Amino acid sequence: MSKSITAKDLNVYYGDFLAVEGVNIEIAARSVTAFIGPSGCGKTTFLRSLNRMHEVLPGARVEGQLLLDDDDIYAPGVDPVSVRAMVGMVFQRPNPFPTMSIRENVLAGYKLNGARMSRSDADGIVESALRGANLWNEVKDRLDRPGSGLSGGQQQRLCIARTVAVKPEVILMDEPCSALDPISTLAIEDLIAELQQEYTIVIVTHNMQQAARVSQNTAFFNIAGSGKPGRMIEYAETSTIFNNPSNQQTERYVSGKFG
Amino acid sequence: MTQTQQQPMPTSVQGPAGPANQHAPAPASTPRPRSLTQRHMPWWVSLVILAVSAVLGAALSALMTFNMAIWFILTAVLYVIISYGVTRAKVSRRKATDTLWKHLVYLAFIIALLPLVSVIWSVTSIGIPGLLEPGFLASDMRGIDGTIDRRSQEEGEPVLGGIRHALVGSLLITLSATFISVPIGLMTSIYLVEYARGGPLARAITFFVDVMTGIPSIVAGLFGAAAVGWFLGVGNSLGLGLPTRSTMGITAAIALSVLMIPVVVRTTEEMLRVVPNELREASYALGVRKWRTILKVVIPTAISGIAAGVTLAIARVIGETAPILVTAGFIVSNNWNMFQGWMTALPVFIFRQFQNPTSPNFSDPSHQRAWAAALVLIIIVMGLNLTARLIATFLAPKNTGR
Repeated sequence: MSKSITAKDLNVYYGDFLAVEGVNIEIAARSVTAFIGPSGCGKTTFLRSLNRMHEVLPGARVEGQLLLDDDDIYAPGVDPVSVRAMVGMVFQRPNPFPTMSIRENVLAGYKLNGARMSRSDADGIVESALRGANLWNEVKDRLDRPGSGLSGGQQQRLCIARTVAVKPEVILMDEPCSALDPISTLAIEDLIAELQQEYTIVIVTHNMQQAARVSQNTAFFNIAGSGKPGRMIEYAETSTIFNNPSNQQTERYVSGKFG
Repeated sequence: MTQTQQQPMPTSVQGPAGPANQHAPAPASTPRPRSLTQRHMPWWVSLVILAVSAVLGAALSALMTFNMAIWFILTAVLYVIISYGVTRAKVSRRKATDTLWKHLVYLAFIIALLPLVSVIWSVTSIGIPGLLEPGFLASDMRGIDGTIDRRSQEEGEPVLGGIRHALVGSLLITLSATFISVPIGLMTSIYLVEYARGGPLARAITFFVDVMTGIPSIVAGLFGAAAVGWFLGVGNSLGLGLPTRSTMGITAAIALSVLMIPVVVRTTEEMLRVVPNELREASYALGVRKWRTILKVVIPTAISGIAAGVTLAIARVIGETAPILVTAGFIVSNNWNMFQGWMTALPVFIFRQFQNPTSPNFSDPSHQRAWAAALVLIIIVMGLNLTARLIATFLAPKNTGR
């Protein structure tokens, strides 16, 4: 499992509006890569283009190549649904399915696709996914309770468990801790460090300390002004970005002079 | 940074009476209150005003001819005026205006409520005797003729006849209309919310659904009769051996579904729109196809609202008279067959009992049956509304333990 991601001259559009321009990036398998940058600079837009969630919005489209190992996910004939099955996503706000129990939420990727499985297989998936998300001990006695009854941090880990349960190659995280308190954030960050053993992880964050803590590589995005496209300014090892950035904009951002 | 925090800003700390105010007076348009408390009236004053206006109202109405209705109206008007005056004199003008508008709002609510209370009261009080008549719900009008009604009215014998056939007809016709309308209406709203993305077709559909909402029910009835008649004609010319007359239960159901579909579309559309987009995206991100997302995430999340909306749509059409009269006709006996023969629904039964009493010269028994049937109809509609609320409560996604 886990694949590398390569973007070649990727332009992301909303209708006629060019939102992100000319991204070239190589993300290694089994690593954590953080996207940082000011609001509106296109981090999330680019992240959503990595599993073709971007085009759920009307008029959104992508130009350029995006390789998952060696397969272009934007090649003609590629089914976005199978891309998304391979590239999972965790959202900013915890969004467990309110009609489902904790157990059903973990199995959602299977159940919603109509997969049939034996009770014991399902139990195995639930337990391993919840253990993988460091949530098993907290919820093992109430698997049949609604997922929305958990705390925000638990809900977010439930969403991670739901994503892990379908065994994706890549996990995208869109500011997964921005709605959580510091303790839940710590739990998620620990979890990211563990998940990195098996998955390629890309995380968007506004918290630069978080980027520094969890990631090996960091990409800095910036925008020249409103109405202009966002660009990837610098991509390097996290320590380089934070201690010795080559670009002046990056330095000004990580030192807190703007954004 | 810390220094500015230690030095408080003078203007924010010193009170309105402080020295700052003396050399820098606040603008005249925003006077600072001198203290936090203002003059206020004890709680019992409004009760005293109410009692005074009641007495005054009684006196005034006695000057004309005493009448409960006039007394109530005078009391209400006097109460509003006196409280305004007293509050203005004793508290403040702002408070008085506030009180005045508050009372006007309450008054408007009471006026709006009056017809409802009046209808429920009169239907209940007049309809109860007929409803308590033995066999009213279990028998139909077969064999009930003028002589029986004359004996009931003149000799005080029990009023015979009942609404069983009308209940059966209403039930069958409304259920069939629901089975026709809900799939069509739900799929339309799914198209509008999930697929259309605001294109010209969606705008056209929304526009025509709005137009359909305004179709007079008699027009829907004529449409049903004409459409089924045409269909039967074409079918018979092809040798399908369909019935030749279009007057039957299913025709009425089709006519009612014309009235029901727009209601179902509008209510379910609202319900689907409030399903958070995050849930759809969560499902897509798991590699779930769109139609499965709609079927297994969006609809289950919105099911309580959808069910409540459908129930309200049923309540809306179960009281229709004209479209059923022109499509299903009117009979006195029971008919369970939707596809053969005439049928009676409750509103048609009420209409016929009033308009054409069984015995024209002795119409009291017919009127009694009509009022009792009206009571049953109101009970059914209220029951449906309650059911809608219960469904909405029980099926709503549970947020326990937070």
